[in-house]
Amino acid sequence: MATVDLKDVRKVYSGGVEAVKGVSIAIPDKALCVLVGPSGCGKSTLLRMIAGLETITSGTCAIDGNVVNEVGPTERDIAMVFQNYALYPHMKVYDNMAYGLRNRGTPKAEIERRVREVAETLELAHLLDRRPRQLSGGQRQRVAMGRAIVRKPKVFLFDEPLSNLDAKLRGQMRVEIRNLQSKLGVTSVYVTHDQLEAMTLADMLVVMNAGMVEQIGQPLDVYERPASIFVASFIGAPPMNLLPLSETGSGLALADGSAIAGSLPASKAVTLGFRPEDVNVNYDGRALPGALTLPVTVDAVEPVGAESFLHCASGGGRVVARVAGRAAAKPGDKIDLVAQAGKLHWFDGAGRRLE
Amino acid sequence: MIGTSPARTFIAHAVLVLGIVIVAFPIYYTFVASTHTLQTILRPPLPLWPGGEFWTNYSEALSGGVRRIGGVGVGTLLFNTTVMALGIAIGKIIISILSAYAIVFFRFPLRMTFFWLIFITLMLPVEVRILPTYKVMVQFGLIDTYAGLILPLIASATATLLFRQFFMTIPGELVEAARVDGAGPWRFFFDILLPLSRTNIAALFVILFIYGWTQYLWPLLITNSNDMNTIVIALRKMISFADADTQWQLVMVTAMLAIVPPILVVVLMQRWFVRGLVDSEK
Repeated sequence: MATVDLKDVRKVYSGGVEAVKGVSIAIPDKALCVLVGPSGCGKSTLLRMIAGLETITSGTCAIDGNVVNEVGPTERDIAMVFQNYALYPHMKVYDNMAYGLRNRGTPKAEIERRVREVAETLELAHLLDRRPRQLSGGQRQRVAMGRAIVRKPKVFLFDEPLSNLDAKLRGQMRVEIRNLQSKLGVTSVYVTHDQLEAMTLADMLVVMNAGMVEQIGQPLDVYERPASIFVASFIGAPPMNLLPLSETGSGLALADGSAIAGSLPASKAVTLGFRPEDVNVNYDGRALPGALTLPVTVDAVEPVGAESFLHCASGGGRVVARVAGRAAAKPGDKIDLVAQAGKLHWFDGAGRRLE
Repeated sequence: MIGTSPARTFIAHAVLVLGIVIVAFPIYYTFVASTHTLQTILRPPLPLWPGGEFWTNYSEALSGGVRRIGGVGVGTLLFNTTVMALGIAIGKIIISILSAYAIVFFRFPLRMTFFWLIFITLMLPVEVRILPTYKVMVQFGLIDTYAGLILPLIASATATLLFRQFFMTIPGELVEAARVDGAGPWRFFFDILLPLSRTNIAALFVILFIYGWTQYLWPLLITNSNDMNTIVIALRKMISFADADTQWQLVMVTAMLAIVPPILVVVLMQRWFVRGLVDSEK
């Protein structure tokens, strides 16, 4: 259907604020690309530039190979799902969905057929005569999706569409959006600040920070090989443990001066990272064969059912360990955390990953 | 809380009834006076009950029996006033909704200058600009015309501000959704903005209709011929300083008829905008 190509896109607001500082992303046909990042990282601005709702200061945005910088949102053939749904409050569900088609001069019978068809897919058929205020949050969400789908656009744009739903509904809608998108095969750009949503939805994950792209890749690649400290701490919950390092005569040491036991870290590394689930807990003090052994004191235990989180204080800083089932430790216990060499991440002074 | 015991309910109702009596009595008395002969009215005390001259007085007034205003029927006066009040109300709404639309949703050079220009006209009372306006109307040849009655009163900073405040509460996402859906500025205005504004328009219409209906100074200046008079002007002209020269029973009839259209507008529009409020909650 369509590709979306961003080349060195920048956005400078009239006040001089640079919201997007040169972003290049090539989204292949039929892919679901998720832009994720903290508030104010420029992800929504980028989406709105693709939509044509914001002008592009420099760089180009191409849909299906055609540069659309000067093309209005209507002519770009995109459909957008907004955070607050932006349904027309005075129109019935049917008219909300039909409005875009009517404006494009689609024949009445065709509109009727398409709206009914989409309503069927989204289980909205019995709600077509209602007004938006008579619908629940999840139903409004569906109507907003339906309004986008009936248009059969080249590109779907989602601007944090699930952030107003409760947690359970959010999980449900996430799966639905994923299924719908792959069934329809429409190239999509999805903006969210929720890393779980990003991980589960994306074919292509773009992590943004301060107006720039930190990393582009498949979700699991990004998770397993974060390109920077920012990505490492943003993707994953609880986030990756990050310990600052200092250089001593013989090698690298943790903040408290204790040398790192085990295999050699990469030279020039100033930060050591490991995921909470990538450590084994050694309760009895015996040394286990491993790359890094970190003696820690347990501060708090958070049992969440299938797993438990151990919040610990170590000589190098605070760390979290994730263990399956119930943890056999209580606050105050002294234990060892052992991480395998292959599971350690090293970052340089600029926060970039070292291989 | 209110109405928790029968005694309190009784007191509350007693106060309300008393209030209604105080407000309604002069109107009732006017009605009573409109059903008596001039002689009965001029010889105090005036009876408290309606007399038998209802048909005589009302048909005389409607067929133009009032000498002092040149025998113009009350029907003509009502028609003139209705045209003026509707013209002012509708004209003001159209002008102000369009200017508010431009100021809120479009970016153009000197946008804020125009906004402030509209705003400062609030600070000039009509009386200050009445002579220059009169001169302009004379030169346009609009004396004794409906256009002359309506046009100078159409501009409204208050209504513009009201619509501006309302438009600013419309979420940006809604505007953007409409843009993505292919609605141009006119489509957006007619399909989205106008339906959403209908309760505001209804409320404004009531206020502006009554404003237009009760205009006195401007119609007095701009109309010379008796058959272009509005009902308020005619009422004034009917009354002479000498009691015997005034057909009081017909004055009372005219006064009664003059309040009917505003009451109708309030009652009908009230139902309409209450329904609007219930119907189109955002």
